[in-house]
Amino acid sequence: MANLRERQRLRPSTLAWLTPAAALLIGLFLVPICYAIYLGFTNLELLGPTAQNYSFTGLANVQRMVHDPVFWSSVKLTLIFVVGSGIIAQTVLGLALALLGQRAHVTVRASVGSVVVLAWVLPEICVAFIWYAFSQAGGTLSVLSGHSNDDLLSTVPLLIVCVANAWRGTAFSMLVLSAGLRNVPQEADEAAQLEGASYWKRLLRVTLPIIRPTLMINMLLITLGTISDFTLIFAMTQGGPGNQTAILPVYMYIEAFQFNALGYGTTIALALMVIGALLSVFYIRQLRPELRRAS
Amino acid sequence: MTSTSLPGQVAGQDENAATADRPGGSGSRLADWRPGGRKLIVSAVMAVIGMAFLLPLVWLILAAFNPHATSGMSAPAFSFTNFRAAFQAGAGSAIANSFYLAGVSTIVATVVSTLAGYVLSRHYVPLKGPILVIVIFLTGLPVTLLLIPIYQMFVKINWLNSPFYTSLVLGATSVPFAIWLLKNFIDQVPRDFEEAAAVEGSGQFQILWRVVIPLIMPGILVSAILTFINSWGAFLIPLVLDSSPGDTPGAVGIYEFITANGQVQFGPLAAYGILFSVPVIIMYIISSRWLSGGFSFAGGIKG
Repeated sequence: MANLRERQRLRPSTLAWLTPAAALLIGLFLVPICYAIYLGFTNLELLGPTAQNYSFTGLANVQRMVHDPVFWSSVKLTLIFVVGSGIIAQTVLGLALALLGQRAHVTVRASVGSVVVLAWVLPEICVAFIWYAFSQAGGTLSVLSGHSNDDLLSTVPLLIVCVANAWRGTAFSMLVLSAGLRNVPQEADEAAQLEGASYWKRLLRVTLPIIRPTLMINMLLITLGTISDFTLIFAMTQGGPGNQTAILPVYMYIEAFQFNALGYGTTIALALMVIGALLSVFYIRQLRPELRRAS
Repeated sequence: MTSTSLPGQVAGQDENAATADRPGGSGSRLADWRPGGRKLIVSAVMAVIGMAFLLPLVWLILAAFNPHATSGMSAPAFSFTNFRAAFQAGAGSAIANSFYLAGVSTIVATVVSTLAGYVLSRHYVPLKGPILVIVIFLTGLPVTLLLIPIYQMFVKINWLNSPFYTSLVLGATSVPFAIWLLKNFIDQVPRDFEEAAAVEGSGQFQILWRVVIPLIMPGILVSAILTFINSWGAFLIPLVLDSSPGDTPGAVGIYEFITANGQVQFGPLAAYGILFSVPVIIMYIISSRWLSGGFSFAGGIKG
């Protein structure tokens, strides 16, 4: 009992040791969040008279956004990018590699695993220019796809940035899902095997349901990472041609730092935050049965 | 979940998987026509996928060593002309700047998060629950979205174009995850050692420094390496917050090199990319070796 009371006391070192982290998190996260909520409703510009004397403009930015066709196409592109290159491509490829790795020869698994992980460890800017070169006229991807004279980043830009992002991100899913598969109890699979269930049936009915929480958390992390991705697309296309690859973070940057509309850029950032929050809520709801069972 | 993305898992994965698939493999052989036939097919399919992943890396290496490299596959050559050109384009100082940004942000984030993680694991903290929820929420918050308010704040307090303040922002982006990771590591260390040290009359800081930190070294290294890799590749934050030409880090330097001359010089670009990638690749390899041992050590004291 005395021990318990001792622990309930606030020690001076507690505050002292929390202060640096608190200062960083408050100063560079919480204050900017609140500031963003204000700036998003102002006419702040990067240069010119309203750089200094900006004012609160109510819902003007929101109205502009609602009637901005580029914003809505940007929302659509963001969703395609997240779902296509993030959720579908990375999860499916990562799961396939994790499953193949369970049964492949050790040497094959180790070497393919290293190559896939290497693509993930490379700095994003390098991934960007590698795939830029790959999709140029005469580039390897153009040649292999039979369009050797086309610049694929002009003809199918969204597809190319999706492929590049899938190439870069698959390792993460592969690592997460391999770990998930290792935790599947052998007994469940063997029981189904004794009953004569085929591999695919066992995969669909036994293995995947068991690793469902891992799959959902993997998809949540991919979604949050992909939705705010900037470097890859900006370095490959700058959002072009004609805004065809301007996902929301890129559109935010273009509006804020190229068209100088810092206020409107912040409104776009806030919209993106809302979309991210909605998607997170969706995933967490999907996970609710597992969370309830755990508690 | 998130911890499975740690570098250490890669090296650990192979041994575990190698022992784990044996019972399943021999079991499925019952249903198989020829023993090993399926393994061959599976290996072949995996190898084909691996080749597809390998191809872009092959281009990178061939282009870097071929003085006449184009966007297409270059013939194998062995010349350092491109590397010389990359250094002439400023690769050396840009990579030095990246070392500064990543180094400072890693030191700041690791020190700050270790202290906070320890307090949140061991001390009585008022409102600890809500604080932890906020930390987890910030882990998932894309920092890109806070760039404009941070930029505007930096304009007001005159912090723009400073490598130090830029690295503070880079470090801060890793702090929520680092706190969460280190708190979990410290949670797993038994309190016995600390209580023994306290009985012997050691001070708070001595207990942390002499007892706790050596025990959670693997966690501190994971956190530091992830922060370093994250800050090393950072592009948008230094692009916006520090535009003075002398401070350009590698990621921004490569971007400027792509867009500089109108015509992209693929050979020097590939060489620049390799120079910029090697430090993080080496760091990743060292950490994955080191940490797989570290994790088993952490498991040892847990049991």
